[in-house]
Amino acid sequence: MTGWTTHHGRAVALPLENIDTDQLIPARFMSAPREEGYGRFLLHDLRRDGDVLRPDFALNQAEAQDASILIARRNFGGGSSREAAVYALQDAGFRVVIAPSFGDIFAANAVNNGLLPARVTEDQADRLLAACPAQMTVDLATQTITSGPDSIAFALDPVWRQKLINGWDDIDLTASHAAAITAFASRRRAHAPWVWPKD
Amino acid sequence: MKALFDKLWDDHVILTREDGAALLWVDRHYLHEGSHHGFRTLAARGMAVAEPRLTVGVADHYVPTRGPVADPAIARMVRTLDENTSAHGIRLFGLGHPAQGIVHVMGPEQGLTLPGMLVVCGDSHTATHGALGAYGFGIGATEVAHVLATQTIWQRKPARMRITFTGVAGPGIGAKDMALAWIARLGADGARGHAVEYAGPAVRALSVAGRLTLCNLSIEGGARTGLVAPDQTTFDWLRGRAFAPADFDAACADWARLASDPDVAFDREVTLDMAEVAPIVTWGTSPEEALPITATLPDPARESDPARASRIAAALDYMGLTAGRPLDSVAVDQVFIGSCTNARIEDLRAAAAVLAGRQAKVPGMVSPGSALVKAQAEAEGLDQIFKAAGLDWVGSGCSMCVGMNGDLVAPGQRCASSTNRNFRGRQGPGARTHLMSPAMVAAAAVTGHLTDVRPLLEGRA
Repeated sequence: MTGWTTHHGRAVALPLENIDTDQLIPARFMSAPREEGYGRFLLHDLRRDGDVLRPDFALNQAEAQDASILIARRNFGGGSSREAAVYALQDAGFRVVIAPSFGDIFAANAVNNGLLPARVTEDQADRLLAACPAQMTVDLATQTITSGPDSIAFALDPVWRQKLINGWDDIDLTASHAAAITAFASRRRAHAPWVWPKD
Repeated sequence: MKALFDKLWDDHVILTREDGAALLWVDRHYLHEGSHHGFRTLAARGMAVAEPRLTVGVADHYVPTRGPVADPAIARMVRTLDENTSAHGIRLFGLGHPAQGIVHVMGPEQGLTLPGMLVVCGDSHTATHGALGAYGFGIGATEVAHVLATQTIWQRKPARMRITFTGVAGPGIGAKDMALAWIARLGADGARGHAVEYAGPAVRALSVAGRLTLCNLSIEGGARTGLVAPDQTTFDWLRGRAFAPADFDAACADWARLASDPDVAFDREVTLDMAEVAPIVTWGTSPEEALPITATLPDPARESDPARASRIAAALDYMGLTAGRPLDSVAVDQVFIGSCTNARIEDLRAAAAVLAGRQAKVPGMVSPGSALVKAQAEAEGLDQIFKAAGLDWVGSGCSMCVGMNGDLVAPGQRCASSTNRNFRGRQGPGARTHLMSPAMVAAAAVTGHLTDVRPLLEGRA
């Protein structure tokens, strides 16, 4: 995973609450290999009326085609643990999602793939939604979103911030603690042998 | 003073970094067909599975519930799980295994989940396992790869929340109603960032099956995990399970400490009185959009907040419902009893108690939560009750809860469902889902519309 500090791009407004992971990518697409690209599955059913793209849907409009920042209302990405929801956003070109709250598992998955889940207040979300479509700058170092003259501080777990900036890979990080893990495992086995099931 | 969650957390911390991130030991890692992303990461890095014995594979999301798999893409998903678990020496409860089932039904049923464990799975309903006093939570594909490679996971400690249910559940009211009641009150993100402990007399009175249902739905209120302190009910239920500890009494002695200390302070406390909990159904497209069956549908015209009004209008529109109508006037097209939420033997008994000697007015499916639940139900004759009522009795799997195996609700069709998500399109594109308890699903089957189950239970056990 590559780290990043500043992102400048076009923001698109999706002023809906509870955009759950089943909306982000319907379950029927999840058997596809990642190499095929998940971008075409993003919000697949919400964007369509039957087989026809809804012209009034924000992501279907011309100015949204090169958007990389998505702004939504509360509880974005609630529901399933499917990381495919993050793949769909990324493969469609998104680097940042801004909302008043996120599903916990979605947010963790996002950070593990370099996608920023930036938390703002409801009022700040309203301001940013009203500004769309617009060019915005998101800075992880200062933890701010700049939209024209407006500068908004967003909330983010400091661990996640460092991870996004440095592009850390957890498996590599954990490898440096191998001795502590081995020692813990033998203590665990002594204390709770039933954790290791019979063969 | 420690809460139950503190004790579980402390028991699994390998180390805590200065920035607050903790590396936790994983006792049990369940894998289903969706694990293919994680195995691919492992293969790309040339890594082995750190603890194959602590890892358990289950085929559930894509398994057929009737006959062989027709769709090659679905068959490939089931086959890939076979190949990955076999290559890494991981125990598999695959398609055709006599104890196969939905991961959150099968794991506890086998005694592979035990009190005090830290349990993860690439599935958001993993908090189900908290019903036994385990710390269970759902993880994504990157984390699945990390657990496979290291048997550990990085987490920041969630805040602690307690939801206390006081009083006694009335007839026809169960764990599903308790769960939907708190989610309706607090919202689908109401417990975000929190580890929820369920407590109080009405929780103590629940069977293990009921506790599994209650914990299962924790994620629908945004909680990171859901827990019930283990007690004699838990121990009695676990004794004799296939993978229960050889020295069961020694294990029970250790598990007895897994309760919140009496004076511990929680970060957040919520109390619900069971006298206020009625049979509940969802009317909209989020689990928070739930109301007692005796209520009327909300009316956006009566909402002062325009955002809320437009959300209600959009949900009513998708659901094909008219504002202000009584909920129990809503006709359904079909019913489904199944899923990790409500497909245990107690759930099937509750549905059968309503259906016995009655006819379903609409078609429907009953999918037991595991092959063992199926066998038990057949031994008790429950399958005959469902079939005599006109419902299909099928095999075990995630089935119509998520539709990945091809069991779908057709566009525009309305389904009374014992599952966990009423999201748009969850049961198939354009499907309209109403969540409720298995007994309430059975009642809807009998009358052909959303129905208060309580009058149908009068004069019955």
